[in-house]
Amino acid sequence: MKRKNQRLALLLAAAAAVVAAVLLAMSALKDQAAYFYTPGDVARQGVPTGRAVRIGGMVQTGSIRRAADGVTIDFVVGDETPHTIPVRYRGIVPDLFKEKSGVVAEGRFEAGGRFVATEILAKHDENYRPPVLDANTGEHKSRSLK
Amino acid sequence: MIAEAGLGALWLAAAFSLLQLILGWMAVRECLPIGDGEGDHAKHGGGVGGEAETIPLRHPSGGPRPHLAMGRHVDGYSVSVEEPAPSDVARLVRPIAIVQAVFAGLAFLLLIQLFLRTDLSVELVAANSHSMKPWLYKFAGAWGNHEGSMLLWVTVLALAGAAVALLERSLNERTLLATLAAQAFIGLGFYAFLLFASNPFRRLLPAPVEGNGLNPLLQDPGLAFHPPTLYFGYVGISVAFSFAVGALITRDVGPAFARAMRPWVLAAWIFLTVGITAGSYWAYYELGWGGWWFWDPVENASLMPWLAATALLHSVTVLATRDSLRAWTVMLAVVAFSMSMIGTFLVRSGILTSVHAFAVDPKRGAFILILLALYIGGALTLFGVRVGTVKEGSQFEVASREGALVLNNLLLTVLLGLVLIGTLYPLVTEAIGVKVSVGPPYFNSAAGPIGLLLVVAMAVGPLLRWRRDRLKEAGRRLAVPAAIGLLAVALVVLLAPGIGLLPLLGLVLAFGVGAASVAPLWRRNLRRTPLFLWGMVIAHVGIAVSLAGMAAESAFTREKLVAARVGETIPVGPYQVRFAAVEPVAGPNWTAIEATLTATRGGRTFQLHPQSRLFSAPPTETSETAIQTVLDGQLYTVLGKSDEAGRWQLRLWWKPFVTLIWLGGFLVALGGLLALIGRVWRAWRSRRRSFEEAWA
Repeated sequence: MKRKNQRLALLLAAAAAVVAAVLLAMSALKDQAAYFYTPGDVARQGVPTGRAVRIGGMVQTGSIRRAADGVTIDFVVGDETPHTIPVRYRGIVPDLFKEKSGVVAEGRFEAGGRFVATEILAKHDENYRPPVLDANTGEHKSRSLK
Repeated sequence: MIAEAGLGALWLAAAFSLLQLILGWMAVRECLPIGDGEGDHAKHGGGVGGEAETIPLRHPSGGPRPHLAMGRHVDGYSVSVEEPAPSDVARLVRPIAIVQAVFAGLAFLLLIQLFLRTDLSVELVAANSHSMKPWLYKFAGAWGNHEGSMLLWVTVLALAGAAVALLERSLNERTLLATLAAQAFIGLGFYAFLLFASNPFRRLLPAPVEGNGLNPLLQDPGLAFHPPTLYFGYVGISVAFSFAVGALITRDVGPAFARAMRPWVLAAWIFLTVGITAGSYWAYYELGWGGWWFWDPVENASLMPWLAATALLHSVTVLATRDSLRAWTVMLAVVAFSMSMIGTFLVRSGILTSVHAFAVDPKRGAFILILLALYIGGALTLFGVRVGTVKEGSQFEVASREGALVLNNLLLTVLLGLVLIGTLYPLVTEAIGVKVSVGPPYFNSAAGPIGLLLVVAMAVGPLLRWRRDRLKEAGRRLAVPAAIGLLAVALVVLLAPGIGLLPLLGLVLAFGVGAASVAPLWRRNLRRTPLFLWGMVIAHVGIAVSLAGMAAESAFTREKLVAARVGETIPVGPYQVRFAAVEPVAGPNWTAIEATLTATRGGRTFQLHPQSRLFSAPPTETSETAIQTVLDGQLYTVLGKSDEAGRWQLRLWWKPFVTLIWLGGFLVALGGLLALIGRVWRAWRSRRRSFEEAWA
């Protein structure tokens, strides 16, 4: 490489790397970022099929049903709107998963409108925190379930 | 009284930090040579040395000086004419850095003392500790919270500053003073943060009868070592950054500066490597989800500085040995520091909710954000203003060791960008009202291929010559590793048909790269091979080992999720697991339901005891995994809930060769350690030699 151009070449290479990272990230985000839906959102915007999403809301009273295999559960998630989402999950639910408490689930919608969760994320907000800090985190909790 | 003494020590440390900044700055101004350009040149004489030869071993004058009185007069260069002997002000800076560290260390020791005594009249202790907690967790609990961990941060920073003041002898004195001033400037921000926004010594009156206890998930021996390890890494990077700032201020960016900075980069990188590896294993066995990396923002907060430090580590070597990539290296130091600041910000501001985010306080978040903007903005401005004065270093061809290292840096930059964007994207969209989560699908698909490319570059790079190489000869050197890689393709396709593309590539590359990594030792006299070459080889082999573990885990894991009655047998992988019993047990501050599982494979039997634990303070349930490590993998078991029919949920995994992931990580760290010892030893030896020559 010519003597005086090396610095310029390095600069261009660095710029190219940054641009490549941004472009790659943008295209991957378009396909892979999971949007967050509440029962109200689903009712308003329709069922988002064909991609991984997150849903959040309250586990409805009396809605938890355990299947015969002992490891699959069905439950219904609601929010302040009259709408609900039926959810199926196969796995060990987190300890704080119970009726009338908040839940965030990651997974996909089936064509019929049922949400098949691959992961239940009741954990982060409540589980990890000593209760004394809950007053501080109250805001976040309600925000994530809005 | 302990709390008041601790607060006093902290104030004193902050005051000395301010003094260090002011005096350091004055000394740098004072030493400003009269004929600026001329004086600079003279100083470069000590640093850069001859143009032709910049390899430290054969050029002891490239920095090393006898210990006595900074030894300006025996330097062999006519420096003393233009550079005055250090003034009284300059002489004070090093001792002040040491005193500052003593006070910061004292404050931290006093905080530990408060936790060990469970002094509940201190708010922090009451909020995070409990008199019935085991000793180790009282001790580690001192930094298992926001305030304590920030105090640990500044303490480590102050200790690092003292170490620079005590140990660094080879760097130009003026650059060193500027470095210490920069270090004090960083420290001041964090002292202010502690004193004004998160005082760890605040009293709580009246004192409560009992503390709140420590988050049970954090009650693990890993906690005692995991956060300090990462902090050592973050802080080590900040020292490297201070060196870069010092060199920019004194216009002294050259091999001498790179050699002074390198041990710090290496040390920081070793700590980050250990911290990430240990953190990964902690998440693996503690969370009970069977995964070893979740792309959690907090994990990314430690990964990003590591990626930047890895790039910096390689470019600083180019600068130290070949005098190329000068501005590049300084820029990477700025980036690495920015990443550790962003890491601290993400973890400490409470913007993320996770096990690491101890408290959500908008004031603190804003404070850290301001510090972040101040430091990164300041560093970038300084870089922008001074980059013009950084002279271009030596040239090299594209096909050369330097070229490969530039490729390494570029790929690491792309990786870093991908992780950074993925981590920050949800925060940005949330600010505009759209909730998005970015998880493993994004990171695996975007970062996975780049990571594999990087591994290929890692295999090729060490086999290229410095400055210029012929592709044909380089190809010959790569023939054997490539053949081994091809053999691996055949084997994997034959033995594990239907394997996914990424795991296949991972396994194949692991073998090829492993072979290529040991190739630099080929035909060498192993006993005369320098230690840092061993370090590189072992670190690169570690990457290959880790990659093999990741690929094997993702390709060959077997999982069973069942609801079983006592007495049932569940097959998983090569094992027959019998659910032998379930009974209650009690620990020091918890009670648990414990299952007994008997695993049999080919006539050999062992028992596992996964638990579902209930902690009393704070009341929390956690599941404790039981993991059995065998030669070719791990059996991983989790106990879930029981149902009305008397069945218990059991989740069992057979994970072949999963242990290689962490074994590889520790090999990488070991390689770094060998390289560090090798470099320090060689610098010490050449300094001694020049000392003896000077006095002969």
